[in-house]
Amino acid sequence: MKTKILAAMGTAVAIALGASAAVAGPTLTAVKQKGFVQCGVNPGLPGFSNPDSQGNWQGLDVDFCRAVGAAIFGDAKAVRFTPLSAQQRFTALQSGEIDILSRNTTWSLTRDTSLGLNFAPTTFYDGQGFMVPKSLGVSHATELNGATVCVQSGTTTELNLADYFRSKGMTFQPVVIESFDEVNAAFFAGRCDVYTTDASGMASIRSTLAPNPDDYIILPELISKEPLGPAVRHGDDEFFDIVKWVIYATMEAEERGITSANVDEQTKSQDPNVQRLLGTTPGMGQALGLNEKWAYNIIKTVGNYGEIFDRNVGVKTPLKLERGLNGLWTNGGLMYAPPVR
Amino acid sequence: MADNLSIQGHATVSDSPSPAEMVKPPALALGPLGWVRANLFNNWFNSILTILILWLAYKVIPPLLDWLVFNSVLPGEGVTNQTCRASGGACWAFIHEKYRLILFGLYPYEEQWRPILVVLLIIGLLGLSCNRNFWRPWLLGVWAAGGIVVATLMWGGILGLPFVPNTLWGGLPLTLILSVVGLVVAFPLSIMLALGRRSDLPIVKSLCVTYIELIRGVPLITVLFMASVMFPLFLPTGVTIDKLLRAQIGLILFASAYLAEVIRGGLQAIPKGQYEAADSLGLSYWQKTGKIILPQALSITIPPLVNTFIGFFKDTSLVIIIGLFDLMSASKAALTDPAWRGFYKESYMFVAFIYFIFCFFMSKYSQWLEVQLHRGHKR
Repeated sequence: MKTKILAAMGTAVAIALGASAAVAGPTLTAVKQKGFVQCGVNPGLPGFSNPDSQGNWQGLDVDFCRAVGAAIFGDAKAVRFTPLSAQQRFTALQSGEIDILSRNTTWSLTRDTSLGLNFAPTTFYDGQGFMVPKSLGVSHATELNGATVCVQSGTTTELNLADYFRSKGMTFQPVVIESFDEVNAAFFAGRCDVYTTDASGMASIRSTLAPNPDDYIILPELISKEPLGPAVRHGDDEFFDIVKWVIYATMEAEERGITSANVDEQTKSQDPNVQRLLGTTPGMGQALGLNEKWAYNIIKTVGNYGEIFDRNVGVKTPLKLERGLNGLWTNGGLMYAPPVR
Repeated sequence: MADNLSIQGHATVSDSPSPAEMVKPPALALGPLGWVRANLFNNWFNSILTILILWLAYKVIPPLLDWLVFNSVLPGEGVTNQTCRASGGACWAFIHEKYRLILFGLYPYEEQWRPILVVLLIIGLLGLSCNRNFWRPWLLGVWAAGGIVVATLMWGGILGLPFVPNTLWGGLPLTLILSVVGLVVAFPLSIMLALGRRSDLPIVKSLCVTYIELIRGVPLITVLFMASVMFPLFLPTGVTIDKLLRAQIGLILFASAYLAEVIRGGLQAIPKGQYEAADSLGLSYWQKTGKIILPQALSITIPPLVNTFIGFFKDTSLVIIIGLFDLMSASKAALTDPAWRGFYKESYMFVAFIYFIFCFFMSKYSQWLEVQLHRGHKR
């Protein structure tokens, strides 16, 4: 409850002052002057941004910050991370405390406009899903009329849940629990019929926390759209372009089959698309105000989109996520980079 | 029942006066059995309570021991998160894997000997200050020197130590720094506020009253929220004040208001005669306050002061809402490693243990100090 009120306060403050937040000079100049990119991240979201045992940040959101560092400085370590709570994140960006907000932030109309943010391309398409015990005998979300639903409070998850059931004309009994650990424990103890949370977290919750993972199924329906991506401040188009194209470069690299392992060979490629991307044919870097090796440095030090995805949240990680919507457009996903030319 | 027994016993003795029977104590009134009877089963209500508690203990303790000890997974060769998930007991291997993250947060791994020294130094300084024989002006000098050493070790950047920005500070050193610096700065401030509130000067008095009531009227979480979210928006663009400093100032403001009220309670408990006696000796206001009133007032406020200290030490964990990795938030961050999710019981127990040690010693020390300072007029 407290979190919810604070989040609302934070958003209200951010909206009130968002439109007027002016920017002192181009961000790129300031970033180059201090020698690193300041990046706002989640203090702990498994697979997206969390410190490992040695205190180094890892995760999908974190890697896109590193990619920006690599594009600007040729060094993926030229990034400093600011862990931000949900309430702080927009103020931190508006006040100039951070340069990029890469903190599983859902792209929405009001955030894009009245909060004064510019959203770079979505790096992860998430959505809210349902998990049920197999013994319930349910295979679609539409059969959940009258179910008891475990949900974590203070998030949009709770609101989406109510919206979905209302729109389908169904009823439900919410069991609202504040803490992540407790809501999991309650569900696996049989306190409710259904558990709803972001689909990105669901598979890992099932595989690591369920007493017997095979007793539970994840329903195919997603009831909300959660496109997550980095955001920058309004009013600095140059820097916005850089962040946008850093992300597109990772997608383009995957589409062209360029990986961190083969990027050196690929610089000798005869494909004009690859030549332009890797700076063998100059021009792209200059257009962005960067070194011609910008994309080469991203791929060499951080990897292409597929590598970033697989390393942090893919099927070989404890999160075990399929590419699904996050696959390339050529594979039926939504990852589509405009031409690099 | 007991009465009846003794009457019967008495009757027997008077009928046939055998000395052996007279000396033999009733087995149910003395010894361990007697103790049990007198303390655990002395009436029907206590008997039911005892049985209930025994039953609860039987239900709780064996599974708890199983979890804590017998089924637990200790760190060792080839022990992974999979071993832990299979065992069903406590996963102490998790603590072994993550203790450096929990204790030192994001501080660079190779440089973590520096925060270790800082923790030892702060504990040493606190231990030194516990001894009343060292309550001399030079102790302030020792604290100042200690502060410089702590700052040097934590930040580095000189003497060949690599620079570590304070955004990377975390864990136990951060908790200790936030609470010790907070209390050390807030304490003199709170004395001033308490004196100001009892002052006859109208402006000083109203300023102090306003400040104290304003800060006490809002929760700490709001003060921190203001300091970290609202405050930066009032600054000109491009000017940012360090996040840690903002949190520290917020904590100081909060602690000083609460401590001021505790000290004011002590000031009010001093009999009026003491003030009048000091006045009649011709002492100035500061002499009177410094030599007569404050020493007495502070010594009687030790229990509530330490109570506030302990509360404040734990309150620092609220900095979690502004994304600082203090001990508590670092333990939560340790749980977000995808490979080690779900071992929250172990993580929280570890942190609770550390908090307990600090709070327990504070509490014990205050009891000891109370006895020391009250020798003269113990009631």
